[in-house]
Amino acid sequence: MAFHKVDYTKENGLPVVLTTVDKLVQWGRSNSLWAMSYGLACCAMEMMAAGGGRFDFDRFGTIFRASPKHSEVMIIAGTLTKKHAEFTRRLYDAMPEPKWVISMGSCANTGGMFNTYATVQGVDRVIPVDIYLPGCAPRPETLQYALMILQKKIRKETPRRKQKVKRVV
Amino acid sequence: MRRDRFKKDTTAKNYYEDRFYVAPQSPKFDVLGSKFEDDLKALDGLVLNSYVEFDQMVVFVDKNDNLKALEKLKEFGYEILSELSGVDFIHQRGGIEVFYQLLSIKHKRRARVKCFVKNGEFLQSATSLYKSANWAERELYDMMGVWIENHPNLKRILMPDDWYGHPLLKSYPLHGDEAAKWYEVDKIFGREYRDIVGEENRDSAFIDSKDTFNFSRIYHETEYGGVEPSEAYLQEYQEKGGVPFIKHATRDKFKILKKRR
Repeated sequence: MAFHKVDYTKENGLPVVLTTVDKLVQWGRSNSLWAMSYGLACCAMEMMAAGGGRFDFDRFGTIFRASPKHSEVMIIAGTLTKKHAEFTRRLYDAMPEPKWVISMGSCANTGGMFNTYATVQGVDRVIPVDIYLPGCAPRPETLQYALMILQKKIRKETPRRKQKVKRVV
Repeated sequence: MRRDRFKKDTTAKNYYEDRFYVAPQSPKFDVLGSKFEDDLKALDGLVLNSYVEFDQMVVFVDKNDNLKALEKLKEFGYEILSELSGVDFIHQRGGIEVFYQLLSIKHKRRARVKCFVKNGEFLQSATSLYKSANWAERELYDMMGVWIENHPNLKRILMPDDWYGHPLLKSYPLHGDEAAKWYEVDKIFGREYRDIVGEENRDSAFIDSKDTFNFSRIYHETEYGGVEPSEAYLQEYQEKGGVPFIKHATRDKFKILKKRR
């Protein structure tokens, strides 16, 4: 189509979008959140379902990765034991900045019903958490919604090289 | 007015009775005359006590004879050691009763060998006879604190290597001891961070409605450090004005499907 024949008044205005670099970067970041597949217990089944065809995380640009070095979101799906806490922290430290954490389900949030000697009473004792997702176990759409809220949160952040300290631990 | 129908019962009943339900003892039969007679004869001279319970033979042996007894039963046809664990009798008898649950596919029978290990005593490993004893004995050591002699790799299996105490002992607190309370903090951040991270909240009924970080009210969700809004609001996926290149999504335009497609 010739240039002069396009009626810009009908096609949503000029083919130009004005934005800031900050917004562009954060928009890009929020739509390509690669999540670390970190299933620990029953919540992992719901997480897998969210990755599967019916709920389809791929359309959010969220792809599960098996390596912390490729990931920017850690979805802690399940009960974290004290034996495992050290490795969780190590994997979190291996993830490149900026990074975010979704704590999925009651066990990850507060230890859940496992008020026992071997369970960490909330993963926020070990790593900083951005989104707490309630439920036991949460449905896949709840996880999807948590991810959408996280995207919104990321869009609001400023894309500095160094992220603000979320919590002094 | 409330009916006092229990009053009569309590006065008629004996005041001093067991506070908890005590399960009746299961019936036990003599081994002699049962189908396990040959099994018992194979163990000649080692048995301290024996009976048949729930169609299984139970034999008590001395803890130094556990290998001999297992070897003889294995020769007789009990090829599989399906389970090995212990029962805490430290308060009553000063030790742990270890049991070996055996299965014979050849004879289609099950038998149990029991021995009593006192505190501070060693138990001979059965790994030379049964491969499955390897992990089971590690678990026995890890959870009950029974020391096993001649085990190829006696180290903790479920708990971390530096864990203090043996959690399946009846004297071990359910929520863990002082060391368990700080385990992950000490391990990851160091002892000096105890004050910053804080103690575990073990009270499941504890609710502080002013603490919006650990307890947020529904429709009043806030970010960490934020002030809880006084009026209820719905979390929207998109910020006001929408997101570039993405279709503007609002709650009133959601479509709810009547049935699955």
